[in-house]
Amino acid sequence: MQAFSYVSAKSVSEASAILAQEGDNAKVLSGGTDIIVQLREGRRSAHVVVDVKAIPELNELSYDAAAGLTIGAAVPMHRIYGDAKLAALYPGLMDSATLIGGTAIQGRATLGGNVCTASPAGDALPTLIALNARCVVASANGTREIAIENFFAGPGRTVLQKGDLLVAFKLPAPQPNSGAAYLRFIPRNEMDIAVVSAGVSVQLSADKSTFIAARIALGAVAPTPLFVPEAGAALIGQPVGAVAVNAAAEIAKAAARPISDMRGSAEQRKHLSAVMTKRTLEIAIERARA
Amino acid sequence: MIETQEFKVIGTRPIRPDGIDKVTGRAQYGADIKLQGLLYGRVLRSPHAHARIRSVDVSAAEKLPGVKAVITGRDFPAASNETVHAGEGVVNFSYLSENLMAQTRALYHGHVVAAVAAVDVHIAEEALKLIKVDYEVLTPVLDVIEAMRDDSPVVLQEVRTDELGEKGTKPTNIASHGRHDLGDVDKAFANAAVIVEREFVTGTVHQGYIEPQNGTAISSMDGSITAWTSTQSAWDERREISEVLKVPLAMVRVIPMEIGGGFGGKLNAYLEPLAAALSRKAGHQPVKLTMSRDEVLKATGPTSASVMRVKMGADKSGRIIAAYAWMAYEAGAFPGSPIGAGAAVIFGPYRFENARIDYYDVIVNKPKAQAYRAPGGTNAAYAAEVVVNDLAEKLGIDPLEMRLKNGARQGDRRADGPTYGPIAYLETIEAIKVSAHYNSPKPAPSRLGNKVGRGVASGYWGNWDGRSSASAVINSDGRVSYLEGSTDIGGLRASLAMQLAETIGLKYEDIRPMMGDTQTVGFNDATGGSRSTYGSGMAAHRLGLKIIAEMQKHAAALWDVQPEQVNVKGDVYSCGEKAITFKELAGQLDETGGPISVSVSLDTKGALPTFATQVVDVEVDVETGKLQILRYTAAQDVGRAIHPSYVEGQIQGGVVQGLGWAMHEEYVYDKDGHLLNGSLLDYRMPTALDMPMIDTILVEVPNPNHPFGVKGVGEVPIVPPAGALANAIYDAIGVRMNVLPMNPRNVLKAIGTI
Ligand SMILES: Cc1cc2nc3c(=O)[nH]c(=O)nc-3n(C[C@H](O)[C@H](O)[C@H](O)COP(=O)(O)OP(=O)(O)OC[C@H]3O[C@@H](n4cnc5c(N)ncnc54)[C@H](O)[C@@H]3O)c2cc1C
Repeated sequence: MQAFSYVSAKSVSEASAILAQEGDNAKVLSGGTDIIVQLREGRRSAHVVVDVKAIPELNELSYDAAAGLTIGAAVPMHRIYGDAKLAALYPGLMDSATLIGGTAIQGRATLGGNVCTASPAGDALPTLIALNARCVVASANGTREIAIENFFAGPGRTVLQKGDLLVAFKLPAPQPNSGAAYLRFIPRNEMDIAVVSAGVSVQLSADKSTFIAARIALGAVAPTPLFVPEAGAALIGQPVGAVAVNAAAEIAKAAARPISDMRGSAEQRKHLSAVMTKRTLEIAIERARA
Repeated sequence: MIETQEFKVIGTRPIRPDGIDKVTGRAQYGADIKLQGLLYGRVLRSPHAHARIRSVDVSAAEKLPGVKAVITGRDFPAASNETVHAGEGVVNFSYLSENLMAQTRALYHGHVVAAVAAVDVHIAEEALKLIKVDYEVLTPVLDVIEAMRDDSPVVLQEVRTDELGEKGTKPTNIASHGRHDLGDVDKAFANAAVIVEREFVTGTVHQGYIEPQNGTAISSMDGSITAWTSTQSAWDERREISEVLKVPLAMVRVIPMEIGGGFGGKLNAYLEPLAAALSRKAGHQPVKLTMSRDEVLKATGPTSASVMRVKMGADKSGRIIAAYAWMAYEAGAFPGSPIGAGAAVIFGPYRFENARIDYYDVIVNKPKAQAYRAPGGTNAAYAAEVVVNDLAEKLGIDPLEMRLKNGARQGDRRADGPTYGPIAYLETIEAIKVSAHYNSPKPAPSRLGNKVGRGVASGYWGNWDGRSSASAVINSDGRVSYLEGSTDIGGLRASLAMQLAETIGLKYEDIRPMMGDTQTVGFNDATGGSRSTYGSGMAAHRLGLKIIAEMQKHAAALWDVQPEQVNVKGDVYSCGEKAITFKELAGQLDETGGPISVSVSLDTKGALPTFATQVVDVEVDVETGKLQILRYTAAQDVGRAIHPSYVEGQIQGGVVQGLGWAMHEEYVYDKDGHLLNGSLLDYRMPTALDMPMIDTILVEVPNPNHPFGVKGVGEVPIVPPAGALANAIYDAIGVRMNVLPMNPRNVLKAIGTI
């Protein structure tokens, strides 16, 4: 591993100033469960590593029925699923937070890191899309918000510019009669990268018979996590049941444009896009009805 | 045979002597060694699967501050072209040397081209980037069937096929074609009532030991070499270092450290000779080399990918009257796949009057194949066991009855030559037949639409005896310091100490076993071929007899009688009214003739093959192709279970590895021969969450050739799992799998979904 210098930034402005100055030679360190591996294996290089774990805004974790949920980019998974109130409100998010890595990794790994690594197979990404998350980004010019589905530019690439720091995610408060879920297909039962994954959220009518809103996103079937708005739209107004679910699953499958690689073939991923969408919807519906 | 088979120590489950240090992190493994002035090495590997090496320029690397030595092919003298038996296969030293360090050709992705020693690893890594290699990239040969075609590019221009004993004349990738013939197979097929013929394709598979290869060495100014390493065979390593670096055998000392698994992958050297060569060039400072997981997967020996066609014919009664197998195994970049063993395993459990096996060893641009637990056995048995079940189904016979009817027994001649001695295959079938598992209903599926199936399969493994040495010292407190020379990978020290304790009537705790090195104890063959509890156990027994004889002399001196007059029963030595315990006598050695130390060296004989029969329940997610193993029971003839926990552990471990091979494991190469899944994330071995408890049934039919009845137990359990699982999948969904791994993608393909 090449030598680099290390800075523990204490404020958003300090971090973004270093990032603005060093550009690609600086790398943000959040939980480090991706970046340290990448630096060690020579897949990325850095002159300076900027630790953002000590910045207060990146550690915020707060919920308000009006404003919704704010999760700082450096909040580790164990804090997210360790909060009983959040766990009850956002079971879909918990599917992802409890799935990423094992206990040790979850003590460090963050949503900010998962999103900025921008793997098409990242396990938080379809969920955050399904939950309509917005990314708060800070730079020398101030802060701006980006809808999560517009945050990704390609495998390993985001829309962040030189000097940008991801500060937090904002998630709307859950609607009544809503439910969300995330599932990934992996050949083993653990220690694997999604071959295909699906994150969905649904909102049902007061009598729980009809879909009134839905968002569906797939992982590992395109260069970025894939938001399939037409699959969610197809559910709206439909009676809750297998017919509507299967139709949405077919739309998601049609939208998938996977490649073949060592983890799965394109045909397999295409096929699994429908299966995973269907299964994830079934869980989300169950949760919305509960 | 010892007279009474009522044992005091054998069959108990004491704690292993290496256990506490291992679970508390204090045991010293190969990479733990630290020496004064230690340098750290790194290896430069070919990025191409097949290339001519025009030149290697190391001048810039040598100039980097902190770099102490750089070596390339020029530092390796031509080794002899001699081929010798070593470990579980044969070794050709010229090819071994070229595999350690490329000369003019890079033969697989990851082939070593140069190595550097520096004051720290980071400098060594930087130095690698400064080495300039000029490659002429050639078309790689990556597929066994393609490689066998006349118009295929040739990997090793000098190779000529050994065609049924005759040398061919043209350059080729087919290193050898062998044939076993029994009876008249064509005539027998003509008379068969039912014939099944199937083709099978299996992938390249890794052993999956936890500890990566490592090697630390000092080349002293006097020309001697000392190496510390994790090895299954210190003596084979010593020979290899000696041959490759042209140093006399007696000038090489190999010290085996604790080993984190081997399964055949640590029978031969990868790093030790490089470390020694670097040390020699670096002013005789010690050099340590370790591999990353990526290097382990890219460049150490996996077991062979294969293509097999199996045909069997039976008469109406269900007797298999003819069998034919065509088998081609990938050897990797140099000749020497485990095809010979595969050809023994494929029909090993069965009695045929007519059989033929054609088998091919085929060179491709992948790392040189290495032994892996019952080398070549799992894939071969997979093919045969699926065909046997298919035949049974066509004949309307229960698969276990089919095996009972056709199972090999004493006196049967195997297709590849040998006639079976006292074997106990049928007993393993019977054990499964009466097992709780086989007699309970299949579990219900966990999800609507999933299917559950049950399958059985059997397996054979030949087992090895080999050479073993050991020595012992009797301490004045009556305890015995015991030095043995077989690498202990799975509790061997305990199993050997138990055999020694049993022989001399002491308690297990009275024996202090330790693993020696090539300088401190006599010659030992590898821990491989399931031989060590057998062969080194025999040495322990013989050692015990010698100890008893010595103690008799001392008792005789004490009482002024002849040694023959001293009776021995357990730990009590007596003559008439006089009696003394081993411990008391040990306290009086100085008064009765002085200290006692004994040693033995044996060339043991009499290993017997073992057999296993296993049953598995699998749940198939028909929509995704994913398998979940629900229940597994493995019955095995274990001869005598010296330490039953370790025997069970061997069986469970073998089954898990077999299931990993069956379900997921496979090297994935791109079209240019680059290994894509060089990590344990993407080379998918099963995790604890993927496996149920593996239930074991120990069938104890003692080996009459061994003082305690031991048979090798370590390898045969990996042989049946893939076949058993394939048969269970068929039971669940009516699809016969013909490819390994049976991963979700291949299951969906077989179903016809994709
Ligand atoms: C053993 C193991 C198991 C794993 N299992 C999973 C799994 O099951 N599913 C999964 O999806 N992933 C998995 N991962 C990958 C990783 O743990 C996750 O992607 C994790 O969420 C990354 O978070 P982090 O805080 O550790 O990221 P870091 O490594 O700190 O950062 C990741 C990337 O994001 C950038 N970055 C981080 N924070 C910011 C910020 N605030 N602003 C701008 N850029 C930023 C960094 O520069 C870096 O490029 C696993 C990793 C390991 C080692």
